[in-house]
Amino acid sequence: MARKINPWVIAAGAVVGIAAVLLTAFGNPANMGFCIACFLRDIAGATKLHTAAVVQYVRPEIIGLVLGSCIMSLATKEWKARAGSSPAVRFLLGMIVMIGALVFLGCPLRMVIRMGGGDLNAFVGLAGFFVGILIGIFFLRKGFSLKRTYEATKSEGFALSGVMIALLVLLIAVPSIFVFSESGPGSKHAPLILSLAVALAVGALAQKSRLCMVGGMRDAVMFRDFNLLLGFVTIFVFVLLGNVILGRFTGFSTYLQPIAHASQLWNLLGMVLVGWGSVLLGGCPLRQLILAGEGNGDSAVTVLGMIVGAAFAHNWGLAGSAASLADGVYKAGGIGTNGKVAVFVGLAVLLIVSVWNIAKKKESKVK
Amino acid sequence: MADVLDARGYSCPIPVVMVQKEVAANSPATLDVLVDARVAVENITRFAESRGYKVSFKEEGPDYRVTLNR
Repeated sequence: MARKINPWVIAAGAVVGIAAVLLTAFGNPANMGFCIACFLRDIAGATKLHTAAVVQYVRPEIIGLVLGSCIMSLATKEWKARAGSSPAVRFLLGMIVMIGALVFLGCPLRMVIRMGGGDLNAFVGLAGFFVGILIGIFFLRKGFSLKRTYEATKSEGFALSGVMIALLVLLIAVPSIFVFSESGPGSKHAPLILSLAVALAVGALAQKSRLCMVGGMRDAVMFRDFNLLLGFVTIFVFVLLGNVILGRFTGFSTYLQPIAHASQLWNLLGMVLVGWGSVLLGGCPLRQLILAGEGNGDSAVTVLGMIVGAAFAHNWGLAGSAASLADGVYKAGGIGTNGKVAVFVGLAVLLIVSVWNIAKKKESKVK
Repeated sequence: MADVLDARGYSCPIPVVMVQKEVAANSPATLDVLVDARVAVENITRFAESRGYKVSFKEEGPDYRVTLNR
């Protein structure tokens, strides 16, 4: 039987796609109109949790996404403070998802944006992402669950939104307490007010539509439900069209793509981590921000885990380095030994978490 | 009185997985599912309608009762 298509998903996908191209045109790094992993990493840098000089900036996009979701969910009375579903495990999963994303150089949303920018390396990432999702689905079908949440106090629900408001106030009032990159991706950004306004709109739409990069493939495979996948495809189409219209599209290639490397095994395995980890978490990094805005304390903890994961990724040299061409010398970039070890440690932790949290008996039996 | 599946507190997609397992195992004519988020109501509705159920829901305090019929 045909299912009803949720028009909000298509609207959200279109707006995210257009917004991504727009923010890049106004100064954000190439193929990085939005990247939850990269932007959380930049915030970690700006607050000196790591000191990689090229990726330090307080990204207003993150602030806007959380607050946009918060405002929309308050308006539609969907806002609800809840927490208590394995927060420590979620923190660890957030770290691992972040490390995987930084090995690949992008969250699932940036993966789609990179695909729309003609970066073939991102299609390799997509393959890994899909494999990761399939592994996650295998465990979901076996009965994997991080157990239920419970109603929480309002302060729990507003915690991350409060942090975001504080970040915004500090950014405007005392920017000198932060560190801002003078070169590299961290130095490239759209005007604060534009980034914030666009992200507020995208956050609100993402909340309303339940847009989720991992949810699309997961629901398609598990339930033959293509609703969220439609959002995924819409983003790709709009980013591609936007790039073509603005004359930024130069064809599909793996060579010297913006802030990307062509170490395909690690593009693949990095995104296996992201796909698998995100299925265990119940949503991609974007969705975690949105859920945190809706009052979900577990997602707020996951976001904090991602920020800490980003700090480790740069402090310990786990993140991928982008291919570059300087003075005619091509550097391939890629992943160092530490990063390779981290990927396998991450896979091992995901396996342990997956197996350990399979419900022994059907606790949810019909009563 | 319909059977009741308690999926409150579980994040997506677990509530749908629970309904999917119940439908596959027992193919109930009617089934009530308790959830505590609108998104779970929507996801269960889409899934159940695709399996030929008529779906309705009502608010019960902070929760929702989703009723499947066929």
